[in-house]
Parts: sequence; structure tokens; C-alpha cells
Amino acid sequence: MRDQVYTVSQVTEIVKTALEVAFPQVWVEGEVSGYKKAASGHVFFSLKDEKSVIKAVMWQSMARKVAFELKDGLNVVCRGKISVYEPRGDYQLYVDQVEPKGKGALQLRFEQLKEKLKAEGLFDEKRKRKLPLRPRTIGVVTSPTGAAIRDILRVLERRYAKLRVVIYPAKVQGEGAAGEIVEGIDALGAWPGIDVLIVGRGGGSIEDLWAFNEEPVARAIARSPVPVISAVGHEIDVTIADFVADVRASTPSAAAEMVIETEEAFAERISSQARRLGELLRYSLQDMRADVTDLAQHRIFQNFQVKLANLGRRVDELETRGKNVLRAERQAIAEHTGAARLASERLGNIARKTLRGHRAAWERLTATLDALSPLAVLKKGYAAVWKSGGLCLARRIEDIVEDETVLVSFFKGEFSARVQSVDKKKLIESRFLKEGS
Amino acid sequence: MTNLTFEKALADLEQIVAKLEKGGISLNESLALFEKGVKMARFLRGELDKAERKVEILLKDDKGNLKAEDFDAADADGTGEDGGTG
Repeated sequence: MRDQVYTVSQVTEIVKTALEVAFPQVWVEGEVSGYKKAASGHVFFSLKDEKSVIKAVMWQSMARKVAFELKDGLNVVCRGKISVYEPRGDYQLYVDQVEPKGKGALQLRFEQLKEKLKAEGLFDEKRKRKLPLRPRTIGVVTSPTGAAIRDILRVLERRYAKLRVVIYPAKVQGEGAAGEIVEGIDALGAWPGIDVLIVGRGGGSIEDLWAFNEEPVARAIARSPVPVISAVGHEIDVTIADFVADVRASTPSAAAEMVIETEEAFAERISSQARRLGELLRYSLQDMRADVTDLAQHRIFQNFQVKLANLGRRVDELETRGKNVLRAERQAIAEHTGAARLASERLGNIARKTLRGHRAAWERLTATLDALSPLAVLKKGYAAVWKSGGLCLARRIEDIVEDETVLVSFFKGEFSARVQSVDKKKLIESRFLKEGS
Repeated sequence: MTNLTFEKALADLEQIVAKLEKGGISLNESLALFEKGVKMARFLRGELDKAERKVEILLKDDKGNLKAEDFDAADADGTGEDGGTG
């Protein structure tokens, strides 16, 4: 009788079941090799020691929960079940959890990120900015109901600090915390007037503080346009944020103290300068006064002073005399002025009177002249008789000679005439009488 | 903005004091410097006194825009960090 014959699948199925029953959950320690991450997110690798190798697979849903970066050469402890991949007949470890050997996963992740950012130069001292000379507005990224903001505000109160605080409320632990912290850093960095940022939270376990060890938070701090003070947990807690921040404060309270001290140091600088200025003014005035007194007491100046005193007296005298002279002169001028005015008035009167007289005489004269003017006579219809071609006016009958040619002018127009006869005795009245009859 | 003129004023004041301490300037010039220095110090003190404490919190409105509102410090009871002990 032959032994029972199995199909491949049957054998595989039996082995698979046996393995799964024997190793429903097992912890396996070894070095990672042949690490490969598929596009689907599933992770494939081998665990090996000096003598043996075992294949391992980690599904995407588990792999994304691994806190640190899995890579070749890393010594890890994996938890999972052992089963068979039927198409290939491979038995493998189906890993559901992996931890670095000898330390916590978070610690390893912390070290890995720290190494990476350090290599990028994000922790370099020369990148660190000083706190502003006079921070007036501080942005705080933290939980609005947490210990950090309470402590910060308490310190400001106690120190009577006159500062403006702008809070960006962010979740500081658990799922999504890092994202909110990043948003807060970016938002406050862009908020107008913010001089310095405090990013932090109160104390807690390493898991509670974890968001401050996340790479996006570190990068947000690094790119912040204003200086950042990290203030996470207690003195002993050190996070990646602390390495990247411009200043690390051991606690949120310490961060607030730092800001206030900067402000106070600034106020003190002003006061000391103002004080020094006052002292300098006082001293220099004292010095100058002393110089003047010293000089005044010198022998030369004492002789000089006597001279000066004499001179002074003379000046006084001169001045008095000068004043007297001036007064007399002014009086004289006043008197002269009066007389002059009187005289000129009188003169004016006379001149006016004379002028008036002359004008009257002149007018009378012109009127007479006008009346007497030969033209006026001619205008009335009389004529004038000229001799010698009009050069000489005939005024008497004796001027007229018989046979002579004379010129006779009316006011307008003239004619020449030949003298036919001359009667030297005849009077003009006889002609008027004759005409009038 | 204020910080700039403020810092400039302090730098000026310190420069004036240093110049006066060094000496060797005329009476007129030093009096002018004193006058300027006193003015700076008064301005700076005034600016310091002008400041006041104000606490605001940024909140998102329904459009997702941030808006600053007064923050009531009484809200910060220190319990919001779930296990944070401050």
C-alpha cells in the first residue's frame, strides 16, 4: 500500500497551517537586508543573522505606522506571524510591528531626523538669528488652553511687561498636531508686526512632545521670517525644534522671561544713555563756568578790570552828555521846524495872493487885447488898407498918395486898388450920416 | 515699523553721547548735540511708555481667513495638553 499522495496545494496548505499554529505571534531579531518598498506601500525585506535568512513582509497599513526609517543594516526586532506564500512556497514573517533593537523606535527616529537635518546645516550657529532689539509683539504657537500659554501670560503679568501677544491656537499633541503647529508658525510669521515667535507646549511624555520632533515642524521653524524661540516641555526635554530654533528656552516661562529681558535691557540702555547725557551736560556746564571764573580771576584781567571800570565810567559820562546834546538838538530842530513852517505858510499866502492879482490883471489885459485886435475889427466887417504890396498898414490919410496901388483886406479875402483921388479933410461921420438918411 | 525709527533713535542717542564724551567740540555744537540727545531720550521713553499689554488669538472665520480677537487668559487653565504639567 502506497502512502497517501498529496497535491502541491495540499502539502502547502498543511505546512502553512502547521506554521501558523506554531507561530501565531513571534518576535524575531535580526538585521534588515534587501529592503524594498513597493509602490503600493507594502514593504519587503529579509531578516538575517550569521547563518540564516528569513523573508519578511509588512503590509502598507502596518508599514506606515513605523516611526523610524527602516533600512538595510538596521538591527531590529519584528513581531508577526509566520506563514507561507503559496504561489512561491516561501515561508515568511508577516510583520505587524517593528522596533529598533536596543532602543525605542521614537528614539531612533529622533536620531535619524537629527542626523539628516544636521547634515543639511539646519542647526548651524551661523543660521541662528538674535532676538530683536526690542520685541514688542510676540507670536505664540501653542494650545490656547495649555500650560504653556498660561505660564507665558503669568510671567508677563508678574513682570508688568507691556507686550502684545498674538496666539495661534494649535493642537500640540496627537494626530494632526505637527500640521497645526506648522500652520501656526507660517501664519504668525506672516502676521503683521510680529517680532519674535515662541513655539512650544508644557511638559509631557516623549510621545506627548513628539510633534516638536517632526520634520515639517523643524522646516517651518527654519523658514520662519522672524526669530523663533522653542519652548517645549521641561528643562530636560530636548526636541528637534530646539535644535532648529534660533533660541532654545528650557520652558515656556523661560521663553517669556527672555523676551521681557530683551525689552528691559532696551529700556535700561535708553535710561543709561539719557543719564549719561544729563551728567555730561552738567559737567560740561560746570567746566565752562569754572574756566570763566579762573580767567576772570587772572591778574591780567584784574588790571584790565580796573581799566574796564574806568572805561565804563567814561562811556557812561559820554552817554549822558551825548544824550543831553541830542536832547538840545532835538529841541532846536523842533523850534526851527515851527518857524520854518510859519514862514513857508506866510510865503505861500503871499504868493497865492500875488498870483491871484497877476492872473486877474492878465485876464483883463488879454480881454482888452482881444477887443483891440485888428482881426476882431475886421471880423466886424471893416477892411484894412495896406501900402507897398501889403508890407505896411496905412493908418492915416497922409499915408495915401494919388495914383498909388494899395491892397485892401477884409477878414477874409483882399483886393488891390488904384488911388484916384485923395481928400485929406473929409471925416467918416459925413458918410454914415449920408447913408443913414 | 516703529522698531526701525526706534532703533535708529537709540543708535543716534548713543552716538551723541559718545561724541560728547570724546569732547573737543565747540560750545555751540555741544549744546546742539545735548539738545538733540535730550529730544531722542524723551522720544524713546515716550515710545516705551506708549506700549501696553494686549493678548490676542487668531481664529479662522467661516471662509478660513485668520482674524485676531481678544484672548481671555482665564481660558488657559493648563489642562489643554492632556497630561501636560507645565
